[in-house]
Amino acid sequence: MQNWKIVTAGDSSLLVEFGSEICPEINQKITATVQLIKAQHIEGVLDMIPAFCSLLINYDPRVMTYEEIRARIQALLRVDAKSGSQKSRIFEIPVCYGGRYGPDLAYIASHAGLSEQEVIEIHSSRDYLIYMLGFLPGFCYLGGLDERIHTPRLAAPRIRIEAGSVGIGGSQTGIYPMDSPGGWQLMGMTPVKTYDPEREIPILVEAGDYIRFVPVDESEYLRIKELADRGEYQCTVGEKEV
Amino acid sequence: MGIRIIKGGLLTTVQDLGRTGYQSQGFGVAGVMDVRSFKIANLLLDNPENEAVLEFTLIGPTLEFTAATIIAITGGDFQPTLNGEPAPMYTAIYINKGDILRFGSARTGSRGYVAFSSYLKIPVVMGSRCTNMKSRIGGFKGRALQAGDYIEFRIRRRYLPFFLSRQLELDEFDQEEAVLRVVMGPQDDKFSRQGIDTFLKSEYTVTSDFDRMGCRLEGPIIAPKTTSDIISDGITFGSVQVPSQGKPIILLADRQTTGGYAKIATVASVDIPKLVQRKTDHRIRFRAISVQEAQQLYRKQEQEFARMRAAIHRPCKEVLECRQVAKRMRKLFED
Repeated sequence: MQNWKIVTAGDSSLLVEFGSEICPEINQKITATVQLIKAQHIEGVLDMIPAFCSLLINYDPRVMTYEEIRARIQALLRVDAKSGSQKSRIFEIPVCYGGRYGPDLAYIASHAGLSEQEVIEIHSSRDYLIYMLGFLPGFCYLGGLDERIHTPRLAAPRIRIEAGSVGIGGSQTGIYPMDSPGGWQLMGMTPVKTYDPEREIPILVEAGDYIRFVPVDESEYLRIKELADRGEYQCTVGEKEV
Repeated sequence: MGIRIIKGGLLTTVQDLGRTGYQSQGFGVAGVMDVRSFKIANLLLDNPENEAVLEFTLIGPTLEFTAATIIAITGGDFQPTLNGEPAPMYTAIYINKGDILRFGSARTGSRGYVAFSSYLKIPVVMGSRCTNMKSRIGGFKGRALQAGDYIEFRIRRRYLPFFLSRQLELDEFDQEEAVLRVVMGPQDDKFSRQGIDTFLKSEYTVTSDFDRMGCRLEGPIIAPKTTSDIISDGITFGSVQVPSQGKPIILLADRQTTGGYAKIATVASVDIPKLVQRKTDHRIRFRAISVQEAQQLYRKQEQEFARMRAAIHRPCKEVLECRQVAKRMRKLFED
């Protein structure tokens, strides 16, 4: 049973829709499709935007007509109708929680009726699937935040949130990749630069990867930060069967 | 040796075709708004197709040249003057050291372009020289140009063959109405039959909410079947997004990569320049065409560019006549 649909998005893009539900299975299928298309090096494919349950493909209509690219994508999707088990990367992101690094940790804890330590344990005890990136360069939409620590956004957003801030906004958690205004409750900071335009790979993660937050103390935070600022820190990257 | 910015104008940025390849990671493309005018400017100077230019908006900049070069000005008519004398548009112009190029306000259109034969010395960041103002990278320090900024040239290049032929017909930007051809979808099925009728049969007005990110339109409300909220998905240049209040927003060069409102249609690439050259209160109508027609129009425009390229690589009439005269005269002397 075909569970995807291709629709036009203008003369230079098409959209593959995989369903209308945010779940790891659909997202995994999208990640697999992106990798398949990349591996094929299809001439004329310029850029792809994987999202929660769809994949936008931008192409050069000088190289391929809509019918041609649609046929190529359809063929790929038919061959790979089953999405078998595959390996995903897990990025370990060190976080210094609380204190001046996480001014809202106390609020998150009191809202949840837990201690700060319990909030940190809950937040750092699972792997979060990166469903998609968007909003800001390198900003990850992560799935799977424990319901116990869901926290409403700030009533009045902050004008400037520092790059590296880790926070909770409603049922989502994430990292601010660059200085930005924002309304999330801030619980800590990572010294890792998830986005650095000067780096060979400006953005470390991709949709389909996982993130695990690893609590570190202030001295470890400062040690890593020094390395990261010199461009000498490498995140620990593990593998996960999914 | 390069250009010094005497006045920055309203919004002048370094742009090229944009930073593609990073959208999967949330990184927007940016790049020029009016791709056609941009390509013609570079074409007039035999520049690479994606060479960086200056894009200016509604009120243009004033530039001082500290080296000789050749430039071409395209897009809306910003009443350019060179050392106080009117400067021709869609024409290659010799520039001497010390020349002052001044742009006024947009008499027609809303965006102008100037390309340089000596290429702007702007570092390539993630594959592009374009300014991404939101991420504050690329272009000149990631921001709009201001008085006092100085951009060097990368090369010396002050010779172009067939110089007198390097003149093209001006594109027109003075109409206050435009018909934008659109390809329906990807989420036209989110809208009622009546909603789609409203979209295709009504007149919309460009509001003052019109910048490099997008253009908000005023006009009859386009009704969704139930809601126009969708699970966020990818956006493209020219996506016509209709939020729940029913007024369309057309997403442009500085758009975000993803969004959570249904997109009823996408403007055909060849018609995006018509849209981005409009001003507040100008009127817009939409006409649906098939994706095949839109791609045919795209290829037709490419052929038009090829014809332009050929036209500026032929000796012009005046030169040909001189040559004929010279040929005849040579015969007289040879005999």
